[in-house]
Amino acid sequence: MGKRSVIPFGPQHPVLPEPIHIDLVIEDEKVVEAIPSVGFIHRGLESLVDKRDYNQMTYVVERTCGICSFQHGMGYCEAMEHVFGVDVPARAKYLRTIWAELGRMHSHLLWLGLLADGFGYENLFYQCWRVREKVLDMQEMTSGGRLIFSVNKVGGVIKDIEKEKLDIILKTMDEVEEELTVIKDTFLLDYSVQSRLQGVGIVTKEQAHDLGCAGPFARASGIRTDMRKLGYAAYPDLDFEPIISATGDSYARCYCRIMEIFQSIDLIRQAIGKIPNETDLFTPVKGNPDGEYFMRVEQPRGEAVYYVKASGKQYLDRFRVRTPTFANLPGLCEMLKNTQLSDVGLLVLTIDPCISCTER
Amino acid sequence: MSILKYAPEALKNLFKPPVTTKYPFEPAVYPEGARGHIEITIDDCIGCGMCVRSCPCGTLSVDKMAGTWSIDRFDCIACGYCVEKCPKKCLTMVEGYQTPGAKEGKVTYTKSPEQLEKDRIAREEQAKKAAAAREAAAKKAAEAAKQQQPSGLEQAAKK
Ligand code: SF4
Ligand code: SF4
Repeated sequence: MGKRSVIPFGPQHPVLPEPIHIDLVIEDEKVVEAIPSVGFIHRGLESLVDKRDYNQMTYVVERTCGICSFQHGMGYCEAMEHVFGVDVPARAKYLRTIWAELGRMHSHLLWLGLLADGFGYENLFYQCWRVREKVLDMQEMTSGGRLIFSVNKVGGVIKDIEKEKLDIILKTMDEVEEELTVIKDTFLLDYSVQSRLQGVGIVTKEQAHDLGCAGPFARASGIRTDMRKLGYAAYPDLDFEPIISATGDSYARCYCRIMEIFQSIDLIRQAIGKIPNETDLFTPVKGNPDGEYFMRVEQPRGEAVYYVKASGKQYLDRFRVRTPTFANLPGLCEMLKNTQLSDVGLLVLTIDPCISCTER
Repeated sequence: MSILKYAPEALKNLFKPPVTTKYPFEPAVYPEGARGHIEITIDDCIGCGMCVRSCPCGTLSVDKMAGTWSIDRFDCIACGYCVEKCPKKCLTMVEGYQTPGAKEGKVTYTKSPEQLEKDRIAREEQAKKAAAAREAAAKKAAEAAKQQQPSGLEQAAKK
């Protein structure tokens, strides 16, 4: 047995978009243990329920994370709608689906870029972000905000996407699909990319299950989990299957996310094809909320859980978010064991960590 | 060969114009309905304070008497909730993001002197009306009391 030493990794590190600190116990060049610590950017958003009423909370919840902001808002609103017992108009459900999938696309494209940057492929990095820019433009055109939409409201949505804009989205989806195909081939077939990703950081199906992994991280290990299948928003009307891979290595995680972008394009097309022509965008809610609800939403990074509890007052009693990165951290630490120190940066990236969400 | 998978694309990109715009030398293009910052048509504002109560950031303040409305631009998250809540529809979300700066972003809008004068006259008239209404109500109450008194005596006599 070699001599053990501890190397701190993060919170500031070139591959990390957000601060997480991991103490790496190493033996020679091999990691034998990884001990994470979070808490650098805790903002106490959950405790704001004491001071902001349930409508204002929509905007607070949305700002939990800059990347999956729409899905945070949607998860919270769906939970509140269940507490109120209101039904959302069908068009609003479809609009939510379209926005959610646009969000997933831009999140995965961002991640692909970071991954390419992580293994030193600068050119590919910029290509991914160039494509992502088109998706961001669609978001800005439809909601007015590039990343934070502020279109959700308890009971529905406040903005419509007109026919012309839906057509522009469809056209852009074609362009994105074309450009993405080139990127996909590079990620999945290029020799140098494969050599960095294949067989690195394997998480078996049993491990992923036992450690409660979520989202693409779990799907890459062969677990068929996708909260969209639970049927919120317009997903019950759309035809899709969770994308899974069996190998559980970094390559599988990359594969799952790339294919999910194509799936999102497909879902947006389906949703635009089926969107009902209604003028109603929200059901007015009356009175104060009373009751509690657990809402599960599939975010780009995996399953997010929203818990709301109200007791007939304007302010909620309790609000809690369990974010996907929080669920994936134990998996990450397990995965880091027995890997080379030089792979750690890349492996941390492959779970798509979103620390702002985790710390709220 | 798969090792040069991306080479043709990379070569093509060498001869393409950049996808970015040269902001600030070229103007930024905002789509219609972009959520940039809040503007107010101050003369339409009635100082009801709905926007102040609805704002999740507590960045707004309004003074009905002085006819002012202020916003701290750096605290505003451009959520648009105040625009939705304003009963007079005098708030609008317009394009153009707040530029960064070292100074405080607080801006105060004051009503025009003509509008302030109109408001003052309206307030006075309202006060007069209210006073008149109070007087009338007091008169009515006194009359009612007068009518009630004899009936009270009658009842006592009957007993
Ligand atoms: S846009 Fe939102 S944050 Fe800004 S002043 Fe209005 S309510 Fe407040
Ligand atoms: S809600 Fe509108 S009318 Fe009322 S104070 Fe605010 S800006 Fe003025």
